[in-house]
Amino acid sequence: MGQMIAVVAETKRGIVRKATLEALAEARRLAGEAGGSVAAILIGAAGASEASRLAQHSADRVVQVEGAALAAYAPEAYAEAVKAAVEMLKPEALFFSATAQGKDLAPRVAARLRVGLAPDCVGFAWESGALTARRPIYAGKAFAKVAWNAARPMVASIRPNSFAPLQPDASRQAGVEAIALGDVKVRARVTGTEKSAGEMLDLTEATVIVSGGRAMQGPENFELLRKLCSVLGATLGASRAAVDAGWIDHSYQVGQTGKVVNPTLYFAVGISGAIQHIAGMSSSRTIVAINKDKDAPIFKLATYGVVGDLYQVVPALTEELARVMKE
Amino acid sequence: MLLTWGFSVNILVFVKQVPDTETRIQIQNGAVDTASVKWVANPYDEYAIEEALRIRERLGPGKVTVLSLGPDRVKEAIKYALSLGADEGVHLKGEGVALDDPLSVATVLAAAARKAGFDLILTGKHAVDHDCGATGVMLAELLDVAHVSVVVGLEIDGAAKGGTAKREVEGGTESVTFELPAVVTAQKGLNEPRYASLKGIMAVKKKVIPEWTLADLGVDAASVAPAGAALRTLEVTPPPPRAAGKMLEGEPADTARELVRLLREEAKVI
Repeated sequence: MGQMIAVVAETKRGIVRKATLEALAEARRLAGEAGGSVAAILIGAAGASEASRLAQHSADRVVQVEGAALAAYAPEAYAEAVKAAVEMLKPEALFFSATAQGKDLAPRVAARLRVGLAPDCVGFAWESGALTARRPIYAGKAFAKVAWNAARPMVASIRPNSFAPLQPDASRQAGVEAIALGDVKVRARVTGTEKSAGEMLDLTEATVIVSGGRAMQGPENFELLRKLCSVLGATLGASRAAVDAGWIDHSYQVGQTGKVVNPTLYFAVGISGAIQHIAGMSSSRTIVAINKDKDAPIFKLATYGVVGDLYQVVPALTEELARVMKE
Repeated sequence: MLLTWGFSVNILVFVKQVPDTETRIQIQNGAVDTASVKWVANPYDEYAIEEALRIRERLGPGKVTVLSLGPDRVKEAIKYALSLGADEGVHLKGEGVALDDPLSVATVLAAAARKAGFDLILTGKHAVDHDCGATGVMLAELLDVAHVSVVVGLEIDGAAKGGTAKREVEGGTESVTFELPAVVTAQKGLNEPRYASLKGIMAVKKKVIPEWTLADLGVDAASVAPAGAALRTLEVTPPPPRAAGKMLEGEPADTARELVRLLREEAKVI
């Protein structure tokens, strides 16, 4: 049957997340090159619609693990669920999404199976029959090519926004193979979630980000950026200088000691471009820098650099975007 | 004196020494050139150290032991933690260990944790060099204890031998209840790390930092050696170069219009 790549699906409010569909797309490409197949592992109760969504996004087989211990996320129970599916499928490779849950679960699973884990990968290739992965290190200041030893499966987590999901193929179907999970020892479990203010997409998943830096001068001026965000459907970010000044919460920080982001469009507003900030956003596809200092290091990285006063440029830009978006 | 724990609590903090985040990473012959690097304690490990000290201060009596795996230079990271108030430090000799494979590293750390004994293990959510974010969680699995990762809030209940934590997830936080012993990995926001006091810095001079080798830990050297490591690094390369950008100057309204046009027609991102 060739080599199988299994993808651990992640659901949010019962719906398979986009990051899972991205992982499936890359799994399909790799399986196609090796004459192999793709399987999806669904954990916990999820409707039949989600199993068929996975099939339509190229899963040849869908394994669903259900059990009382899987009602809420608990790493030990979920790891046991993945292990049960792995024992059934015996895949060559096992992919997670490098989301908050995937980053928490993948190391548990890899350690339980005593196999290698390549975290936060952005590319894969078969080289002489062996899989290699490419992953940013030093927050993107360098890239490492890594490979696994002979133990299987090879476990990897995939950075969100690294691959485009496939168009769903409505003609594709896969029967759901069920596994019932018995009692599991669980010593840590999620008891609740709290949303942070605002219903914005998380920075690590955002496709458009507007970040403000030291030149924002205070918390009140971030309102300018919030307006720009709402016109663009963008997520707000910040540099360490702005966070350390106390103008905005650390959860907004982009950089080596904050979030490493991978959007299609990144606005660096009033950010000079310290190494540790650049490390966190340099893989953005298009970078716009707005800064009044034409020698600011951020301009070396910018696809488009606007030399000017952000307090004039940002409102003008917001207005122009609002006009264009309405057309 | 009321003992909250009913026993003396044993907290371990695993600290990694990494290049300072302001360091420019130079690559030579497919590997990072560390010759001119300024080494510091991993920033996320600083939150772990601080949290350990606060737990000991709040719920003591107890002992905070800082352990670091690597070459002799990591003693500096241990001394730094001691100067902040950690009680003891242990240098885990890293020669012959696949330091770029989280499973190999976790295997050594797990053996060290068993030797030291522990009620709670704290470490950073990830190290800012290899950016794996896997070692802490793997350590918990190998020790067969609970873990909570990427924690921004932590309450330990010594009497109940458990705790609650808030961990950062997309767009918010999750509350997690857990049993001790456990591994907790620290995220920025958990606390504000203190600075070393002069007294602390002076006290370090008198401390002896024992060295534990793989043999001391009972770890089979071949099982954690680079040759057979679960994951190995084949090559390190610089990031792909970016094409030179366009600079826009002039009246804000004009540059805004030109920028929007470029984003739509050239970059095709809006």
